[in-house]
Amino acid sequence: MNPSLKNPILFAIVFGMFVVTGIVNGPNVALGIFNMGLISAIMALGVNMQWGYAGLFNIGVMGFVALGGLGAVIVAMPPVGDAWAAGGGRMMLALAVGTATIVAAVLAWGRMVPGRTRGLIMTVLLIAGFFIFRWLFDPAVEAIEAVNPAGTGFLGGLGLPVILSWPVGALLAAGAAWLVGKTALGLRSDYLAIATLGIAEIILAVLKNEDWLSRGVKNVVGVPRPVPYEIDLQNSTEFVTRAASWGMDPVFASSITVKLAYAGLFGVVLLGLIWLSQMALNSPWGRMMRAIRDNEVASEAMGKDVTRRHLQIFILGSAVCGLAGAMMTTLDGQLTPGTYQPLRFTFLIWVMVIVGGSGNNWGAVLGGFLIWFLWVQVEPIGLWLINLITSGLADGSAIKAHLLNSAAHMRLLTMGVVLLLVLRFSPRGLIPEN
Amino acid sequence: MDFLNAIVAFSNFVLVPGIAYGAQLAIGALGVTLIYGILRFSNFAHGDTMAFGAMVTILVTWLMQSVGINFGPLPTALLALPFGIAATALLLLATDKVVYQFYRKQKAAPVILVIVSMGVMFIMNGLVRFVIGPNNQKFADGERFIIKARTFKEMTGLNEGLAFKTSQCITIVTAIVVVALLFWFLNRTRTGKSMRAFSDNEDLALLSGINPERVVMYTWMIVAALATIAGVLYGLDKSFKPFTYFLLLLPIFASAIVGGLGNPLGAIAGGFVIAFSEVTVTYAFKKVLGYLALAGWEPDTLVQLMSTDYKFAVSFAILIIVLLFKPTGLFSGKAI
Repeated sequence: MNPSLKNPILFAIVFGMFVVTGIVNGPNVALGIFNMGLISAIMALGVNMQWGYAGLFNIGVMGFVALGGLGAVIVAMPPVGDAWAAGGGRMMLALAVGTATIVAAVLAWGRMVPGRTRGLIMTVLLIAGFFIFRWLFDPAVEAIEAVNPAGTGFLGGLGLPVILSWPVGALLAAGAAWLVGKTALGLRSDYLAIATLGIAEIILAVLKNEDWLSRGVKNVVGVPRPVPYEIDLQNSTEFVTRAASWGMDPVFASSITVKLAYAGLFGVVLLGLIWLSQMALNSPWGRMMRAIRDNEVASEAMGKDVTRRHLQIFILGSAVCGLAGAMMTTLDGQLTPGTYQPLRFTFLIWVMVIVGGSGNNWGAVLGGFLIWFLWVQVEPIGLWLINLITSGLADGSAIKAHLLNSAAHMRLLTMGVVLLLVLRFSPRGLIPEN
Repeated sequence: MDFLNAIVAFSNFVLVPGIAYGAQLAIGALGVTLIYGILRFSNFAHGDTMAFGAMVTILVTWLMQSVGINFGPLPTALLALPFGIAATALLLLATDKVVYQFYRKQKAAPVILVIVSMGVMFIMNGLVRFVIGPNNQKFADGERFIIKARTFKEMTGLNEGLAFKTSQCITIVTAIVVVALLFWFLNRTRTGKSMRAFSDNEDLALLSGINPERVVMYTWMIVAALATIAGVLYGLDKSFKPFTYFLLLLPIFASAIVGGLGNPLGAIAGGFVIAFSEVTVTYAFKKVLGYLALAGWEPDTLVQLMSTDYKFAVSFAILIIVLLFKPTGLFSGKAI
């Protein structure tokens, strides 16, 4: 079929699925899935930049998404004055010493003549730096976490508008990507994959355990929102009368309004990103990226700096993932490090990109919406299916109870099957690269 | 006496757990490295293969326990192990037929196979959770300890006890047997030699009449055995939880890469390097140093370099350091 006809039809089908959900389960549910679909589409765009344009195998998406979430907390949460007074200065000093140690060691390694002296100096620098760091760091942590541990127990953020956190989240992720890329990008693709998998787990470990920074598994709740709260809308007489004039219940109207406002904000970001990615992909830069992906040796012979370009696109793609992470934390209104799982935040995004069509921005966006929709809806469908299959079994039989309990795990199975089917029968995805 | 106490405390908390964990990682890494050497891709489904093998073993163990079969002081799971291996081998062979064979025939790029293995990972993960659920399962029975900490103290009169768990002893013995068998197989038997030839130079191996499908079949069967054994040993030593097995992927790959991907000897060395680094860096040395230090110089902090939650950071750091300074791993990779 002609792509200019096929692609709009595919998008229309996915949109139709949301409309059907809106009719069957109510617009609230459909909009909820749609909003996360927007965020998933942005994550898929980020992964598509790395894999689709440049062939970089990054399976640390979860880490960059979580860093974006941390960005939202750091920017938007109000600062905790007591905690800053108790240990803020010492903490900043500790972090500065830690960074300085690493920078000094790297400089020593790079600048000095290779030999035994160099190794010795670097080791001494690292060990001494580590102990000074811990000497400054440990009391600071204790002091900060002692300040009202049940309520705050962390430094808080800067108290700025939460929208600002989106670029900040992107910057944090970009910084981490720079560090990973600098060390691991020269390596083979499998090694890069393992390295990114590792960095994602480390970032999560930091978020879970450094309570002074992110409250750890105690979660940061009540991240300020860029849109009004439902309860404020319901208390505003103006809104209630307007809702009544549309013939809507104010509670229902308020939740729809808030969700639509989010959808508007996210939609603007997504459209902007699609526009930028399309421009980039069709520019000389995009052609160069694809040339590098398809034949590294030839591009290098043409004078292209492959490692540098890889680093560039790795940072860009990770920054987009970080942006999506900050947006997701904004949407949820909370940062819950315990809920980040690689299957959900790394491999699912990969399924989106592969199914949608790697190398094609529209494909990634379509995949983001479609796979997210399936991920949410497979569970009720699976439950219904299992109910149907087990309807012949007697009530209270152990097998029936077990099957019904396990229905929730159908989604992993389904995603695996979808991924394998697409890879086998349509390896270039639903909307292939041009 | 203090010196002996320090040694015993060190053995109890670092040496023995480190050896057991290292053996588990080594067996896991052997599976990864075999697939890399012969099928030429990094198998991301390996952690979930281990989980599947352990799951079948657990189910058979429960069945045996319910009909009253047991293995005396040893865990019943050892009796159930062959069933686990057989089921895993069937699953892997079926996966190969349905999924991987197609891409092998097409000579697809290795990275495509890695993505395919991601799909397999999803399915296996879903399968395991579907059958046994996502929760912790305990299946160890029999005698828990060979030497209890208290018995050791009474025997030697030292302040520190040295506990030696049955699961640790089984892990170490099994690891030695498995590794010896594997190397005997690879170096002495006709099939093993053909596997090594295939890994060294595929075209030359094909030319000399080695049947590639046969080599692939044997590889999957050996990998099934290794994965199941590693999974069951880890489950006996710690506990079985599907998600933990997925996370084991990182230290296992780190072991295989640190040792040199494709090199079985390297996988074993890598397993112990990673395990000991993890245990040493995350252990609080207060007790050990307390015995060694002069009176009045005992440390007042825990002397723990990093908290236990950062053990991934350790595997990761070792991995990066080795790759930066020795890009093919400690032993040169890609040679069986």
